[in-house]
Amino acid sequence: MTSTKQLLILAILFIILCIAIITATGMGFLQITPREVVEILWNKLLGRESLDINPTFPFVVMEVRLPRILTSALVGGGLAVAGAVFQAILLNPLADPYTLGISSGAAFGASLAIILTIFGIVIPVWFSIPVFAFIGAMATLIGVFSLASTDNKLSSNTLILSGVIIAAILSAGIGFIKYLADEQVSIIIFWLMGSFVGRTWSDVLTTVVIVIPGLIFTLYFARDLNIMALGERTANTLGVDSGRVKKMLLVCASLITAICVSVSGIIGFVGLIIPHLLRMILGPDNRMLLPACFLGGATLLLGADTITRAWLPSEIPIGVLTSLIGGPFFCYIFRKKQLAKAS
Amino acid sequence: MNSLLFDIQDLSFAYRNNTVLQGIDLQLEKGKFYGLIGANGSGKSTLLELLMATLSPGAGSIKYKERDLKDYSRQELATRLALVPQHFSMDFEYSVYDVVLMGRHPHIPRFSSPSQHDIDAVERAMETMDITHLQERMVIALSGGELQRVVMARALAQETEVLILDEATSNLDIQHTIGIMRVIRKRVEENKLTVIAAIHDLNLAAAFCDDCLVLKDGSLFANAAVKQIFTPELLQTVFSVDASVDQTPENNHPLIQFRYQ
Repeated sequence: MTSTKQLLILAILFIILCIAIITATGMGFLQITPREVVEILWNKLLGRESLDINPTFPFVVMEVRLPRILTSALVGGGLAVAGAVFQAILLNPLADPYTLGISSGAAFGASLAIILTIFGIVIPVWFSIPVFAFIGAMATLIGVFSLASTDNKLSSNTLILSGVIIAAILSAGIGFIKYLADEQVSIIIFWLMGSFVGRTWSDVLTTVVIVIPGLIFTLYFARDLNIMALGERTANTLGVDSGRVKKMLLVCASLITAICVSVSGIIGFVGLIIPHLLRMILGPDNRMLLPACFLGGATLLLGADTITRAWLPSEIPIGVLTSLIGGPFFCYIFRKKQLAKAS
Repeated sequence: MNSLLFDIQDLSFAYRNNTVLQGIDLQLEKGKFYGLIGANGSGKSTLLELLMATLSPGAGSIKYKERDLKDYSRQELATRLALVPQHFSMDFEYSVYDVVLMGRHPHIPRFSSPSQHDIDAVERAMETMDITHLQERMVIALSGGELQRVVMARALAQETEVLILDEATSNLDIQHTIGIMRVIRKRVEENKLTVIAAIHDLNLAAAFCDDCLVLKDGSLFANAAVKQIFTPELLQTVFSVDASVDQTPENNHPLIQFRYQ
């Protein structure tokens, strides 16, 4: 595929994302036309009042919908980029952002934050859950790395296995916390299924400061990531310090995943499907794939969140929705790919 | 003109407490085809890793063109040494052209596009390995023989002065093995390419190499021209096999016949 064609696809993905953001902002209990949304945003940007529009609309757009929409877009983009990076580093197209057990770490942290209240330690949950989830995710990463570090080369098998081991221990821990939590177990379960309800500008901000620099960082190493597909040994003889690049990008992708999980809970399949789908369209070149994953992941999760928010009669957890749609869809592309390979 | 490339002095290496190589003194010259032979576990792969600086010596030194190997950056080395490994597999759908172009990686600055020279090098390499007709195909879909030719082409596109082959042909059928070895031999003679090849098939080494380096239990057991190196005594000591050595009628290269029963 020529690079002009790839750039065109990137541009189209960008336009789709912009349209999705504007349309989604208008959707919901109060219907606001895309025109009005654009006008509100434009006036806000210029610091003007939107006089000829229903006075509640600017508040709904700026304070209620937009923070949630931007958070879901950033989380979707972040998860898809992290997924693509994990797949490229672990040389495993089936890897996803949660392969190294980061989701279990975050879930453990969040569960811990929830049961702290039982023991009389009262920290506001809106604050403690994301912070504990983030710390849990980072601690898991450190645990997985130190377990895998017995193997100097940090081979993908060692990493994946270490992730599985740590995740298994943490799952047992989460089970124990659920047992302790007794009546509050539903809060834990709800958190685990993911949600963007009530997200604010501070959530947008904390996600932006990790996801966007993370994306730029991974893009800087995108070409090295391509070379690493040749295998570590060959990559080293082509001038790529693959051990170093691997470590830096694993930490970067894990940071992105950790912030996404701590803001939204565990949302499956975005990080697996989007890189897969876009690789089928664009090819495996990470220089194109990574930005495309960001745009595609953002659009997908934003779309899914809008469906639960504005279409469905009652809001179902976003993580459940993505897995319910994503799972069968993944089966379909997997089967199609296997059949194509066989013929 | 000084044709010395590698100057290895008293080289030793150990994995944890397990000594793999010790006391190796070796000089390798430009424009020669070196065969590296020895039984399994004799340290061939480790020696190659040390030459490529993907491992660092435990003791002793390796100089490349009178400069210590560890003073070269990875990028600098990548423009001088290329590797053809024994196993190659890929999980992503890169085309043959993409993979051969990856050989140009050390020559193309970050965020730049390949220059005309890069594209020419890729096309020449594909032509040499006779894979031009496969360039649009996905590497995942290739046969073992085609794949190894792609890997060879990638290494040739790298346009280095040294080519390191780690059992590069041992998964190939006899036709492809001879084909690839002939191409490399031609490069050695016409372009002064230096080749260091770990080879298991002793007759292949005898037919194509200038000199052979024989490793036994981590030490350099012998280092001489192929015509002197292959004797029944050496084969008995190093490989513990009975064999007789004749000469090929065309060019008097050694021809080894093993006793199987």
